[in-house]
Parts: sequence; structure tokens; C-alpha cells
Amino acid sequence: MAVPPDSNDELEYAAGGGLLHRRALLRQGLVLATAAAAIPAARAQSPPPAALPAPLDPNPPTLTTPGAPFSAYGSPSSFERRVLRAVGANADVPGNGVSWTPLESLEGIITPSGLHFERHHNGVPTIDPKQHRLMIHGFVKQPLTFSLESLLRYPMRSHLIFLECGGNSNAGWHSEPIQRPVGSFHGMVSCSEWTGVPVSVLLDEAGVDAAAAWAVLEGADAGALNVSLPLAKLRDDCIVALYQNGERIRPEQGYPLRLIVPGWEGIVNIKWLRRLQLTSEPAMTRDETAKYTELQPGGKARQFTYVMEAKSVITTPSAMQRLKDPGIYEIRGLAWSGRGRVARVDISADGGKTWAEAALQDPVLPRCLTRFRAAWNWSGKPAVLKSRATDETGYVQPERNVLVAERGRRGYFHYNAIVSWGVAEDGEVSHVYA
Amino acid sequence: MRNARRHLSVFLPLAFLGAAVVSADTPKLGEPAAPEVVAKWNSTIFPDGRGLPEGKGTVTEGRAIYDKKCSNCHGPEGRGETAEELAGNDVPLSDPDTSQTIGSYWPYATTLFDYTRRAMPMDAPGSLAPDEVYAVTAYLLQINGVITEADEMNAATLAKVRMPNRDGFTRIDAK
Ligand code: HEC
Repeated sequence: MAVPPDSNDELEYAAGGGLLHRRALLRQGLVLATAAAAIPAARAQSPPPAALPAPLDPNPPTLTTPGAPFSAYGSPSSFERRVLRAVGANADVPGNGVSWTPLESLEGIITPSGLHFERHHNGVPTIDPKQHRLMIHGFVKQPLTFSLESLLRYPMRSHLIFLECGGNSNAGWHSEPIQRPVGSFHGMVSCSEWTGVPVSVLLDEAGVDAAAAWAVLEGADAGALNVSLPLAKLRDDCIVALYQNGERIRPEQGYPLRLIVPGWEGIVNIKWLRRLQLTSEPAMTRDETAKYTELQPGGKARQFTYVMEAKSVITTPSAMQRLKDPGIYEIRGLAWSGRGRVARVDISADGGKTWAEAALQDPVLPRCLTRFRAAWNWSGKPAVLKSRATDETGYVQPERNVLVAERGRRGYFHYNAIVSWGVAEDGEVSHVYA
Repeated sequence: MRNARRHLSVFLPLAFLGAAVVSADTPKLGEPAAPEVVAKWNSTIFPDGRGLPEGKGTVTEGRAIYDKKCSNCHGPEGRGETAEELAGNDVPLSDPDTSQTIGSYWPYATTLFDYTRRAMPMDAPGSLAPDEVYAVTAYLLQINGVITEADEMNAATLAKVRMPNRDGFTRIDAK
């Protein structure tokens, strides 16, 4: 079915536009790009470069110079200092805005804690853990407060999961495709191991009244951000997280403790959590009515759209990158679903005409970022790359025109359409609607 | 030794089902909170007005507060500046050119009181006294055409305000 770009080569094609069979990833001899983004590693057809660069010093000074001493807390190489979160904040209120994870610069599935995306409404509070309490009250037999010292003694569990802002990728609703690095477009998703105390344990200790059906949760930031959540979800798998990626949660992620609500939109994962009030109904706070609701074409709005539906994006190659020359590339990306595991990811290199299944890299965990890979032989002709995730419930990530036809363009939140990257003849990659 | 074995037999099947913790085995270190302490912490306001504090405010008082403490970010008459617009949309929500203002979009007036009290003004959140919050709430409702110039806002009157888009929401992932 697939037409190879050059019938003289011996590569095994899986779909149009030069997509190679998944087996190519395992085959010896086909070396795929593993270092710098979008640099071809195997140059099947290209001639050797005309001028060779100056030869490397076979005895670099690092072999003969004692290295730097120990550091009590490590940081990235100085050569990587440009790998940073992109920040977009309000001119009048510097603590109001977002920062995006630079997805284009990262590999694997774990987001370094210092590069986890942020959405703050009024800055990052500095909280002394000794002065902080979590209060549980409302429809309970006994209202309780918990100190950090006591929470640290409780049995814990971990969730290795993605966290995604409900507003992630919202530039996708724009009428023209936005041109930005993939992280500054889709990087309000990150992935960490969160460890802490199951909420159900604390609720049981307080004793839940039969009339309780919802909870109101509140942070200790400026403005005491508040949201409501159904009690069933809190009981099911939510934790009061104290650790992120093995260390205590960082200030901008909610130090000393935050709520973790696996698979649900970021806003309900309340940072700096200080109050959990059981109720019979939601409080209808600003961030579950005026915001984090989605206005639909008929004039009605979707509310309590908590679950982050299946989504995927190719991170390499991606917008603002450039392919140096034709040849074999590894297409790399991330897929995730708030409903469970990613079941498969399909890749197209011809704008969606034909598709080939990508390889999913272990581990493939529920509600976790999943890394996918596919081998691609770029002929040097214009191409359109797409990825399409399917989760274990059978839900398939929609094409953009399908999502827009259903939801209109005013919903702002929960944009999860297929992303298209156009590759021009000169190798320039841009965001396209295709 | 015997204890440890009992532990294991309790934990293994449960862990397998995903419920990793048995409440009986937790340390129970929560400290009882007295009702008056809870009352001081509790700031939740419900759509039916439960939780609203005592106090009152008028549109005129609210306009003065707004011009002094809010308009620098939200613009005069709530028309938007560096912070979003708060009033001034006459276009129906079904029209693609609409905008989501308090008057056109917000389902409950109590939300406006709650949010203003806790989060605004953004450079001094929590600084407004209840009377000031009632007043600025009255003003914002009035410029949105929801109440009249003469209406005073207090716990009773605010809870009775019916927002135009009250029934404009459909619950998706929770009922
Ligand atoms: C320093 C700038 C600033 C000042 C002063 C300020 N605001 Fe705001 N306001 C904001 C910003 C920024 C937001 C958006 C908050 C967010 O992103 O969550 C906002 C949001 C709001 C909203 C929610 C709007 C919506 O549709 O969700 C209301 C209501 C509001 N402000 C009322 C007020 C009132 C009343 C005052 C005066 C008492 C005030 N603001 C003063 C910056 C300001």
C-alpha cells in the first residue's frame, strides 16, 4: 500500500511519505538519530559532506585536568542552560500566568521537576511547613487538622502520571496555526512521580457523613484558589502529595503539599492545599464556572469537564526545527490519556492519507506520558506529519476539523486534536492545519 | 513475626486491587478542630447564599471602590485592560463574536462575591471588608445589567439574584 520515496533503497515501508516499518527501529545497521533534535543519523542517499570539520583533539583536556568538586545539589550542564521553561505572564501581575515545559528539548517520559509547567493565578507563596495545616471539615464526624510532621508518618503511595492544564494547547482553537516551539504550544503537560497520603485514609479518619457527595478544596496561595470535586474521585485514587520525583515538592508545585487527581485537569490538583470541606454539592467557584468551562456553538457551556482526553504530539521533528537534509529520522513524541493507558499511536507522513503504527516505549502506564517512536525516511519533498493516539477505552484522538465542528472555537479549554507539522522542501518544520 | 505475617496477608490482595492502604493501619494523628476554629478557616460560599457574611453595599459605593482599586487593571466600567473585561457584552453566547462577561456568562452572583473577596484586587487579595465586597459586587452586577442602581447587596439580596446564564451549563464528568 505504501509508496517508497525511492524504490532503489532496501528499506521496509509501512505507510506513505516515507514511514518505515516499526521493525526498522530494532534492526541493526539502521542507526537512528539519538542526539541533537532533527539531525539525520543515517544518510542513506546523501553524498559525503564536501569539507570535513577540523579533527577533534584525541586527548581533550578533560583527560588530564582534575574535574570540578562535588556539588551538594546538582544542576544541568552549563551547555544546556538554554533548556528552560518559556514564561508568559501578566505585565501588571508578574505572578499571574503560565510557564511551559520545553517538550522539544526533552526525551523519555519524566519531566525534570524544575521544568514542570506552571499555572499560577497570583504567584508562588513561601510556606513554612511548620506553620502549615491541612484542615478536613464539613460533612464529617470530627473535623481534623493535620500537620506536615504527622502526614509524613502516614502510609503513602505513588502515582507516576501526567499533569495537564485544562488550557493546554488552546492556541489550537485559533483560526491560524500558531508558530511556536512545541513546548510553548503543548507544554502545559508534564510527568512526575507524585508520592503522598491517599485522601481516603484522611477522610476515613475524620469519618465521612452519608450526605457528603462533593468536596471544596482550597490552596494557601494569594487568592486562596478554590474548586469543587466529587467525593467519589477523591476516595478513588487522589493523594495529598508531599514528594515529586523523590524530593519534597517544589514551591511552584505546591510545597509543602498539593492534591493530586490522576487524569484530571490541572486546576483541580490544588497546590499549597490547606482545606478540604466535604459538602453535598459544588460551591460553584469562579474556576469551575467563569473559567475551566467550555462555551459550545449552541451557547451552552460544558462544565466539570475534568478528564483530560487522549492526546498525542510529535516532539521531534516539530515546529521551528529544521531537517538538515533528506534521510532517515526517528519521529518521536508523547501520548497520554486521562482515562488510562495509551493503546496505540499511529503516525502519518502524508497528511493523514496513510498511517503506520508507532512503537510505544516501555513503560506504558495508565494516565502517564507514553513515549512513541517511528522511523521515517524523508525524501526531501514536502510532507505533513501527524500522530494519533488511541487509549485503552477505544477513544481515538480527533482530527482538528472534527473537534472544531463539534465544539466550535470558543471553548478555550480541553483542546486535544491531532497536531500537524508541515515539512517544507528546505527542511523547515512549521505548524499547519491539514 | 506473627504481626508481620498478618500484615502481609492483609496487604497483598488489597494492593493487587489498587487500594494499597487499610485505614485500620494508619497512625491517626489528625488533631480535632474546634467549631470556632473551623468557622475562622471556612470561607466557602454556596450558590444559595450559605456562607455569605454580614454586611451590605450599594452600587454608588461600589463604583467609587471600583474606580480606585480595580479600574487600573480591568479598565473603566469593566471594559478590560491588562486584566480581562468584566462587563459590556450584548452579543448572545450562541454567536461566535460573543464574549464571556459576568452578565453574559456567570451562572451565580455568589461566585462574584466569593472570588472578589478572596482574590481581588490582585495586588492586595483579601484586603476588602465585607461591606466593600458587597458594594463592588453590586456595582459589577449593575454595569452588567443584572440589578438596578437602587439595589443594595447583602446576604439576603445577593443570594436571590438570578444570573441571566443560570441554566447555561451542562455537567460532563460529575453530576
Ligand atoms: C493588579 C491588577 C488587578 C487589579 C487591581 C484587580 N484585578 Fe481583577 N483580575 C486581574 C487578573 C490578572 C485577573 C485574571 C485572574 C486569573 O488569571 O486567574 C482578574 C480577574 C478578575 C475577575 C474574574 C473575571 C473572570 O471572568 O473570570 C473579577 C470578577 C475581578 N478580577 C474583579 C476585580 C475587582 C472587583 C477588583 C477591585 C476590587 C479587581 N478585580 C482588581 C487583575 C486585577
